[in-house]
This record gives sequence, structure tokens and C-alpha cells, in this order.
Amino acid sequence: MADPILDIRGLSKSFGALKATDDVSLDLRPGEIHALIGPNGAGKSTLIKQISGEIAPDAGEVVLRGRSLAGIDAAGRARMGMARSFQVSSVAPEFTVLQNVVLAAQGASGATFRFFRPVMRDAGLLQTARDCIAQAGLSGREAVPAAELAHGERRKLEIAMALALKPALFLLDEPMAGMGTEGATALGDLLDALRHRAPILLVEHDMDAVFRLSDRVSVLVYGRVIATGTPDEIRTDREVQRVYLGEEA
Amino acid sequence: MSAAEVTAVPEGRGGRMNRAQIVNAALALGLLGFGLVAWAMGETFLVTLATKVAILAIAGAGLNLVLGFGGLVSFGHAAYFGLGGYSAGILAHHALNYTPMFEWPFLFEGTTSMPVIWITAMVIGALAAALIGALSLRTTGVYFIMITLAFGQMIFYFAISWPAYGGEDGLPIYVRNGFPGLNTLDPVQFFGLTCAVLFAVLGLIAMLAHSRFGLALQAARQNRQRLMAVGIRPGGVLLVAFVISGAITALAGALYADLNRFVSPSMLSWHLSGELLVFLILGGTGRLFAPLAGAGLYITLEHLLGGVSDHWQFFFGLLLLGVVLFARGGVIGFLAGGKRHG
Amino acid sequence: MSMILLIEQLLNGLQSGLMLFLMAAGLTLVFGVMGLINLAHGSLYMVGAFACAGVAAATGSFWLGLAASIAAAAAAGAIVEVAVIRRLYRRDHLDQVLATFALILIFSEGTRWLYGSFPLYLNVPEALSGSVTLPGGIRYSLFRLAIIGAGLAVAVGLFLLIGKTRIGVQVRAGEADREMIAALGVDIRRLYTLVFALGAALAGMAGALVGTIQSVQVGMGEPVLILAFVVIVIGGIGSIKGALIGALLVGLTDTMGRVLLPSVFELFMETSAATSVGAALASMAIYILMALVLIVKPGGLFGARA
Repeated sequence: MADPILDIRGLSKSFGALKATDDVSLDLRPGEIHALIGPNGAGKSTLIKQISGEIAPDAGEVVLRGRSLAGIDAAGRARMGMARSFQVSSVAPEFTVLQNVVLAAQGASGATFRFFRPVMRDAGLLQTARDCIAQAGLSGREAVPAAELAHGERRKLEIAMALALKPALFLLDEPMAGMGTEGATALGDLLDALRHRAPILLVEHDMDAVFRLSDRVSVLVYGRVIATGTPDEIRTDREVQRVYLGEEA
Repeated sequence: MSAAEVTAVPEGRGGRMNRAQIVNAALALGLLGFGLVAWAMGETFLVTLATKVAILAIAGAGLNLVLGFGGLVSFGHAAYFGLGGYSAGILAHHALNYTPMFEWPFLFEGTTSMPVIWITAMVIGALAAALIGALSLRTTGVYFIMITLAFGQMIFYFAISWPAYGGEDGLPIYVRNGFPGLNTLDPVQFFGLTCAVLFAVLGLIAMLAHSRFGLALQAARQNRQRLMAVGIRPGGVLLVAFVISGAITALAGALYADLNRFVSPSMLSWHLSGELLVFLILGGTGRLFAPLAGAGLYITLEHLLGGVSDHWQFFFGLLLLGVVLFARGGVIGFLAGGKRHG
Repeated sequence: MSMILLIEQLLNGLQSGLMLFLMAAGLTLVFGVMGLINLAHGSLYMVGAFACAGVAAATGSFWLGLAASIAAAAAAGAIVEVAVIRRLYRRDHLDQVLATFALILIFSEGTRWLYGSFPLYLNVPEALSGSVTLPGGIRYSLFRLAIIGAGLAVAVGLFLLIGKTRIGVQVRAGEADREMIAALGVDIRRLYTLVFALGAALAGMAGALVGTIQSVQVGMGEPVLILAFVVIVIGGIGSIKGALIGALLVGLTDTMGRVLLPSVFELFMETSAATSVGAALASMAIYILMALVLIVKPGGLFGARA
């Protein structure tokens, strides 16, 4: 088996008496989509934030391509290829689609403190940005301000920005949220293609999408991973059925 | 100039000017024209008034870099303005009184040369902004406003209680400092010099706004979380903008000291910090020429209303309240259309 | 430096700290509950002082003047809230700053129009004039002592109001969640006006009391406003407890710095130099204190957020 891209070892985080993350270990291997599911309040967002570096864990570590990320902040992790989307779409609303993606390409280049040349005439950044926009399926929308995009388009813009980061992996926090069936299917197809660029850790509530797309699924309940396995294994797992799918079954 | 404008312009192929650019050109020509016509008619006072507008516009332009583009509401920019003023005043004071400023590590007798004074003022302004910015940027929002205000006040009280350079009474500059090749005592020559500095500063800010740094700075205003997520730390970008901003506003302070041939703690007062903010909202926040439009309108109103009533600030307060509550685009927003940000 | 002078200055620091608390409490409540930064709070302080001076001069009674200061400041606060402030809750901080800056111009210039630029002086009421001898033989102004007492009483009252009463519960709920409190059937507009008027009344009272010791003039509220901001930054925005601790720290640091720093520098400098260096540093002491707090706790001593 190939070495994992991302390896999470014994991650724990408490807020007061609440154990939001309780000794979580999981990994992400090349080419896979690893879905993270769990009921509301299970601690998915807290876990994602510890991986992305927005909050520091109390114990445990996050390892990217064999290198511990302890002490590296969110910006540093992004530059190492940790490409993240947010639960609520997070883009620069006044910038156009192109400007947003150029910003991401600029971030990946690591050279921000340049004061003279116009950034929107930087052929290298523009080329990268246009490629990523095309791959995310937003061609033709380059000049539209992000604030005027439809919800699904803004999701695609986040994907384009993630692509511009030369991702080692994608951390996608509920990308399907708020999308219609058609949009979710289209986005699912996009994610399916993306896994070959970099593996995806996918937090998602849309169970159809999760079971259709994922290679592996981990179930998080009260901050603990209660099961990890293929979609079929998870579907038939007793404990998962009891505590999680049980509400619907 | 709104964010979309700033960064969208270079994509075009040039040629036709858009409406905002026409308004900007009209503002620049208006200032120059007003000063020159006043000079031709022998109205020295009006030339001085136009010079004052240009200088305040430079100070406002410094603030605009952090406020309009970076979204930082600094309520302490009088600090840099006053430090620039005192740089000019103190250097000239030593030179004119033949009292060396310091004798170690080398003898320095002060100077009356504007270029040297300007560089000193900008370095002092940048250093102060670096210190204050590094502390203030640990916070956001309303804390940031209060803290910048408080640090500005700290420098104000220091100037009042430090007796060496006039304390509360201020420090006169007996003869306006000189610029190589110009007679700065001639109002129109000083006006021209000031306008040249203003347009150079506006050009610099336009260039910064279009650069990689400017893109990150404008993104920091809109969404710091997103900026972090693409690998750029907002703190560093904002601090650099704050330092450049402090240097520009200090340069304006040095010019202002030479305009009045006098420096006093009133240049450091928080009213001035407030007025700089007022210029920007009157002009149209986030637009490149907002400081010029705002300072021009403010000085015009001061002159016209002040002629009618001693209590012109009462009416100005009502007007400002009206603009904030009901006309958020400012002058340029009104003339050029388009939406402003922030 | 004698012990007696030191204790006297400590009491002065306590007194100015408590008056600062009256200012800061209103500011921090208004920010905590409504999310509004109000620069015009200093104007309400000034309104209180002028109302006190006006009514005391007309009736000859300081006490009527004091009552008038509270009533006038509360009324001015309520009017301003309904006419202007209410439109600013949903605006960004820049608009709040500029609109309340405009209010300062209107208040200051309006007051100058009515009363002129010359300072007014208030007489300390007969019953509180003169000084008392404290244990240890320290003679101290009775009026200042009364101000300390009044400040402490208001602080206790405010803690009881916020901690124990129905209005306090609503205020605390409003800080936590505006939608929820509206859902509970509280008339949020009235609550906001009430909180604003309460803060204004405290500022007006402080203005009248401090105006009696110093003088009553246009612009008197502005230095106090900025000190109150320093207090809030130190204490943490939205926290009444933080405002009290911060106000006492600032009041004591400022007063003691002015007395002590020049004599500290006298130990290794000649007297005139020590006086000017000490005075200059003393004027910066509270801001240095603020910077230190910021370095250690960017959210303030009792702040929930930065």
C-alpha cells in the first residue's frame, strides 16, 4: 500500500468539559476520497480546523507526506498544498472569479511582497488561474464578481482556488451543502475527477454522494471515530447502524 | 477607485477612460487650475488654501491605503502627521538656531533642506507605524479603532508635556525650508511642489493597489480567513501597508509644518485623525482620489460656512451625519456612479 | 515624599478611577449589547456637566443641578438613540465612528453657541465643602470623598442591576443572542434605548461631579472619552467587571505616575530634567500599561474576544 499523504495520529481537543475531538486517528491515501460523516455536533468541523491549522490540538499530530505539521499555521499548511474549502463558501466577494483564483495562485507561489508589477498582467499567474477555472467548470465566468455568482458557482470557485494551490490534498467541508440534486451530481462528478490530482478528505451530509464517491468512510460520533471502512462495510456495520444510521432506519 | 476597478483596469487594453477616471482627472486638473488661476489673479491666500488641500489629501491618501484598501479603521493617523510635522520643525529649529541636534557619533546640526526632512519624516513615521501597527494589529474591529486612537493620544500628550521643543506652545519654523532649484517662499512654487508630491503619492498607491501586494491587501479587507487559506498571512500584509501609510502621512505632516511655518501638538490631536477619516468618507471610501475630493470639499466648506457663521462645525456635523446615514458613496460615488465597498 | 501625600494621591487615583468607571460602564454596555462604538459618549458627559452648572446657577442648589445632569444626559441619550444611533446598529464600525464623530461636532459647537467658550465653575455644596481628617491624620477633601462613595455606590448598584434584575437578564441575553431575546418577546428597540439612556445618565453624572472639581467647558468630554477607551481595551469590551478593574488601574496609574515618576528620576538626574522627563513619561504611563495588557492578553483582562 502506498504511503498515506495525510496521517492523523491521536488528535484530541477539548473545550472545557466537552471533548470535541477524542483520540482521532485516520489517514488519506493517494487517489482516494475519504469521507468523514457523523451527526451534527460530532466534531467534524473542529477536526477539519485542527488539520488545516486554524486551531491547535491539545494532543496528537497531523503529518503531511511524512512531515509533522506541529507549529505550522494555516497559511503555512496552505502553502504546503493543503487546499481547503469552507462549510460556508469563503471567497473575496468583491473580486472577480479571475482575481480570486489569481490570489490563490499568488499564495501558492509564496511571493506576495512584490509592489511594482501589476498582478493582473502576470502571465504565469493568469495562465495557472485560467487553467484552474476551466478545470472547475467556470470558464466564461472569469470577469464576474464573486458576490454575483450563484451558490453552486461559488462552490466551484472554491474548488478552482484549491486547484491553484497545487494541492497535495483537498479538505472539503460540506461542498454539497445547499445545492440542488442536479448541482450536487455535477459537483460529485467534478470531485470524482479531482481525486486523481490529489486525494480528498470530504466532510459531507449528503449520504448518496458519500456512498457513491468514497473509497473509504470514517464515522465520527461525539469526537470519536467509531468505524472506518469501505462504504459497504460502513453500511453493514452494527454500531454505525445503531448510533448513526439508526435514526433513519 | 473601487476594488474591482483597481484590479480590473490592467486587464483592459487602455484607450477610453471610464467615468471614474474622468472624475479623477477632473479633480486633479481642478486643484491645479484653482491654484494657478488664484495665483494669476494675485490671490495668494487662495493659493495657500489650495496648497493646504493638496497636503491634507496626501495625508488622507496615506490613511486610504490602510482604510480604503486594507479595511483598517485607523483612528490615530494624526500621530504620523504630527511626527512628520515635528521632524520638519525640530530639524529646522536646530539648523536655524545653530544648536547642534547631536554631536555623537557625528556632529549633526539639523537641516533646512526639504528632501532630507522628508526622508527623515517618512522614516520616523514608518517606525512609529511599525511599532503601533504591530501592537494594534493583534486585535481587530472596534478594539483596533480604540487602540489606534489611544496610541495617537499618547504621542499627543507626550508632545504637550515634553518641554524641549515648545511643549504646548508649539515650535515655529522662522523661514520655510528649501528645495533645490525652487524658491519655496513663493506660494505658487510651493503649491506646485506640493501637487507634484500629491500626484506622485497617488501614483504610488495606484501602483501598490495593482500589485501582488495590493491584491493580497484588498483580499485582507474582504476575507482574512480566505487569505490565510491560500497561504498568505494577513498580519504581515496589513503591517506593511500600515508602515507605508504612516510614512506617507508623515510626509504630509512635514509639508504642513512648512506651509504654516509652525508645528504644534494640534497636528497630533485626535480631531485631526477624525478629519482624515471624514475626508475619505466625503470623497468616497476606497477610491484612489477620495482624499483629494474629500479634503477639497472640507476646506471649501470650512471657508464658505466659516464665512457665514462662527459655528460652522455645527452645520458641518449635520452635513457629515447626513452623508454617513444617507449618501454612503461620497462625492466620487455620486459623480462616477458604481458601488463602493467596505 | 511623605506617606500622607502618597495616601492622598492614592485617594485621588481612586476617585478619578471611579469617575472613569461611570464613563466606561456606559460605553462597554452599549458596545456589548448593541455592538456600537459611540464616540459621542463624551458629549453626554459634557451635557451632564452643563445641565448641572445651569440648574445649580439658576436655583442655587447643587443637588437639583446633579439631578438635572442625570436627567438631561439620559434624555439627550434617549433622543440621540432614537434619532441617529438606531440607524447605525447594522452599519460597519467606520460608519459608526464617523456618525458619532459628527454628533460630537454638533454637540460641542451647539454648546459653544449657547454658553460661549469660557469655562463655568460649580460650587461644592455647603454640606460637602471643606475637608475631613481621616484616620492617620490625613486631611482630605470631603467632596472628593463623597465622590468616591458615590462612585462605589453606583458600581454596586450597576452590578446588582445587571446581575439580579429582569432588565439585567435581558441585557445579558442581548449580548449573547439578539434573535433569541427578540423571540422571548422583549421589545428590543425599547431595551436598546433604555441601555443607551442608562449609559448616558452615568456619563452625565460623572460629568457633573468631575465638573464640580475642575471646570465645565466645551470639549471636556473628549479626553475622558479616550481614557474610557483605554479602560475598555484593558478591561475587555463588554465586561462591566473589566471596566471597573480597568478604570481603577488607569486612574491609579495616571495619578501615581504623575506624582512618583518625577521623584524616581530625581534619584539619578538633576531636578529640572527629572521633572520634565518624569512628566513626559507619566503622560504616557497609561498607554504603556495598555500596550503591556495587549501584548499579554489581546482581548483585554476580562474580554471574551479580541
